[in-house]
This record gives sequence, C-alpha cells and structure tokens, in this order.
Amino acid sequence: MKRNRAGNPTVNVLLDGSALRVPAGISVAAAMAYSDRPFTRRACGGEPRTPFCGMGICQECRMTIDGRRRLACQITCREGMVLERTP
Amino acid sequence: MSARHTGTGQAPAACQRRYDVLIVGAGPAGMAAARAAAGSGCSVALIDDNPAPGGQIWRDGPGERLPAQARSLRHAIAAHGRIALYASTRVIAAPAPHTLLVESDESDESAMHLQFRNLILCTGARELLLPFPGWTLPGVTGAGGLQALVKAGTPVRGERIVIAGSGPLLLAAAATARRHGAHVARIAEQAPLSRLTRFAGALWRWPSKAAQAVALLDGHYRAGSHVVEALGDERLRAVRISQGGRTVALACDRLACGFGLVPNSGLAALLGCPLDPESDAIAVDALQRTGLPHVYAAGECTGIGGSELALLEGRIAGYAAAGADDRAGALAATRARWHAFAEQVRTTFALDPALKTLARADTPLCRCEDVPLSAIQAYPDAWMARMPSRCGMGACQGRVCATAGRVLFGWTRSTPRPPLSPARIGTLMLDENGRS
Repeated sequence: MKRNRAGNPTVNVLLDGSALRVPAGISVAAAMAYSDRPFTRRACGGEPRTPFCGMGICQECRMTIDGRRRLACQITCREGMVLERTP
Repeated sequence: MSARHTGTGQAPAACQRRYDVLIVGAGPAGMAAARAAAGSGCSVALIDDNPAPGGQIWRDGPGERLPAQARSLRHAIAAHGRIALYASTRVIAAPAPHTLLVESDESDESAMHLQFRNLILCTGARELLLPFPGWTLPGVTGAGGLQALVKAGTPVRGERIVIAGSGPLLLAAAATARRHGAHVARIAEQAPLSRLTRFAGALWRWPSKAAQAVALLDGHYRAGSHVVEALGDERLRAVRISQGGRTVALACDRLACGFGLVPNSGLAALLGCPLDPESDAIAVDALQRTGLPHVYAAGECTGIGGSELALLEGRIAGYAAAGADDRAGALAATRARWHAFAEQVRTTFALDPALKTLARADTPLCRCEDVPLSAIQAYPDAWMARMPSRCGMGACQGRVCATAGRVLFGWTRSTPRPPLSPARIGTLMLDENGRS
C-alpha cells in the first residue's frame, strides 16, 4: 500500500476522470474534501452541495460510485474506485 | 411462502433467506438485541446501511478508537455462529408478511428477501435539521452530521467551526472536531441557562452521565443562543448568531447545526406499527413489543434516550423476541431509571418557538427540489404541499423537509411508501418468491 509524506497509508481514486490520492479508510464523502472542487452534487439551481447529514438520510452526497448511484457518506474509499458527479 | 416451495418441489431461491429473528439497525440497541436473541438459541440476521456495525454513536473510522463496550459487542457479534451480519444493506420494502426486501451496496447480487419469525426494529434516530438562511451552503452540516463526517475522515485541522442548535450532541460534536485539530469558536445552545442549570443539578442520579458532562464542558458554550443566518457565496464564510438579545457575526469555515434528534420510525409506520402521536416514536410496551404481533422495537426509534437505554432496550427486545420473557422482564427497573433520564433531556432541550421563524420566504425548505418556504407554508400537510410544489418528492423522500414541516407548521405525519430508499430496478423486480 502506498503511503503519504506523513507515512500513513493512502489509496488512489478517480474523481471525474482525475486521480485523487486520499488517506486509506476514509469515506467517499470525506475524500471529496481533498478535491479542489469539494462538492458532491449540484442543486436544481446549479449551486454546489456538500455532504450535510453525514448519516445516510439527506441524500446531498449522492454520487455515481463504481457505476452505481450511492451515498458517499456510507461508502469507504477503495483503491481504483471510480467517482463521478452529475455534470 | 416456504410451504408453497415445498408444495411445488422447488428449492428456495438463492436471494431468499430465513431467520428466527431479523434486526434492522446495528447500533447499540440492534447489537445488544442480536446478542441476546442469538444467546437464547435463535438464528439472527442483523442488517445496517453503514459499512460497519456501531450505529451513529459508535461510528468507526480512521483514527477512531471505539469504547471497550463497543469493541466487545462488535467482537461478540462477529464471532457468534448464529448471527449473520449484513452491512451496507438497506430496507427497500415489506413485500409480504414476515418478509423484508433489502438491497446491499456491496455485492452485485444485491437484492434479497429476508424472512423472519420475529422482527426487531432498531432504526435509531436522525438529526432534526431546520431551515435557516444559508443552510444549503457548502460548509454547513448537521451537528451530529459533522461528527460523523469527521469520524469518517473529513479533515478539519486548523478550521474554525461554529456549532449550534440543541442537545448534548453539540458538546460531543465539539469534542470530536477539536480532537481532530479544529478550533471550535462557539457552541450555541438554544435552551436557556435556567433549564440547563436545573438539568445539571439533577445529573447526580445518573453518575456516568454526570462524568460525561464534566468531560465535555467547554468555555465556548453559550446558553440561550441560536443561529440566525449562514453567510457566504460558493462556501460558508461567517455565521450570524443571536446571543442574549443581540446578533453577533462570527467568521468560520464550518457551521454544524442540529436541533436535537427525531426517531427513525418510517419503516415501522410502513409496517403499520402505532406511533406516539407527539414524538413519532414507535409505541412499545415493557417487553419492547410494538402494536403489531411479531414486531419489536428498541433504542432511539422508540424515544430519544441515549446509548445506555438503547443497550438495555435492545437486550429486552432480543430476549422477548426469543421467547425468554422472564430474562427480558428482569431488566425493567433499570430501564425505568434511564427513561427518567430521557425525560429530563427532553424537557431541558425543548425548542424555543423562535427557531420556527428563522427561514425567510426564499430559504429552500426542500433541499432536494429547491422549493422555497414561500411556496410551501400555505399547505396543511406534506402531502398537500407536495402536489403543487414538488416539496418532498426528491431523493430524501421528505426525511428532511417533511420532518422540518412537522415542527415548523404542525404538518401531520406522512406515512412513507415503498421503496423506502432509492433502489435499483433489479431490486424492485424481485418477485415475492425472491426470484428476479
């Protein structure tokens, strides 16, 4: 397993086609905070939204994860995981 | 259903499994129920929509060390030959008597019918999230929400955080954020100081809670204080807080705001279990039996009471569902003591009516469909509001907005319809014999 500068294990995920390296064991919702554009979806009016309830209720963190619609707050990042936001 | 299979000589379909006791929710109540029922000789299935058991209070994550009690329960469940744990699995529907349709996030063969003799609902609670101007800005979360996100690895080191709303959870969220390197600038509790003082004075009756309160004490805590508005463009920049009759602005990177907890009783309502008309908690008797035969409930879904009460109720329900009523009944006195604590919490943190008027006409009430308050408040209930405005028709199915509407406008409770969560077509196409 790869490690970051602090010596902690990391995993690589693919976010909208770009590689993103994050600490191992964190949720996809947490991984989004490591992105330059840390939102999970856009609202009907186009504004960015981010994880809100953190516990699988509000659906603000829904993303396409490995081809399926899932809640980012309830999925743990795995090596090579493919994350997509609705454009 | 099994009789029909026998009659036609068919083997049960692979996506259909049968247990003596099915438990929904693997928090403290569900884990305690599983161990009690399995220890009494029953085959048990325990399902939860999170990747690991523990519920919200014992949420795991990198850098988190769970309390000894949580670790030992988790170990007991993993090691027990009669307990099948289905993680990352959620209930979609109740297609037939004694049967739940569930869907797993983990596998491709993900839909299943789980059949049971007795069902125990341990569906926990969610945060009460009320609208205020700016509540949809990135950087704004629930209070327990922030705690859950931080435990799951969301980095907050060096960030300035304001925590607001109501209840003991505010202090716990502050402690977690601080442990992960955040600067907690303010904890704004809406309850007045007089009620908090009375509560603190009564805590000696529950020494473990008094010790917790002392451990969590915080110099940034203010009573009688509430959020007015979150400010920012693409992201939160500051919060306006009402404090002692005046409004102050605090610069911050995050606002974590939750107004207490509400029971998750949607599945119970779908099944037809009677609920408490005021709190929406599942009504249960001394043996945790709901109004429906074969259905038990335990923990926060039967009333907000904390993990000690949830563990006890889980044990009672587990024993009762296994037919060991004498062992269940022996726990009644301790249960009553923790119910008294729950009542103290409820009265202490009762919400100030002023919180019902924080949202402005253009504040979105329904976050999924971006429906502003002005488009909704004229309607008498969630159902009437839904038809013309789309409020509650989005992905959360009203879990946030209809719950807020119930508090803000006194909307009647809306009984959910299946599918209880967004589900895949293949799951919905599974027929009642468990075949796709």
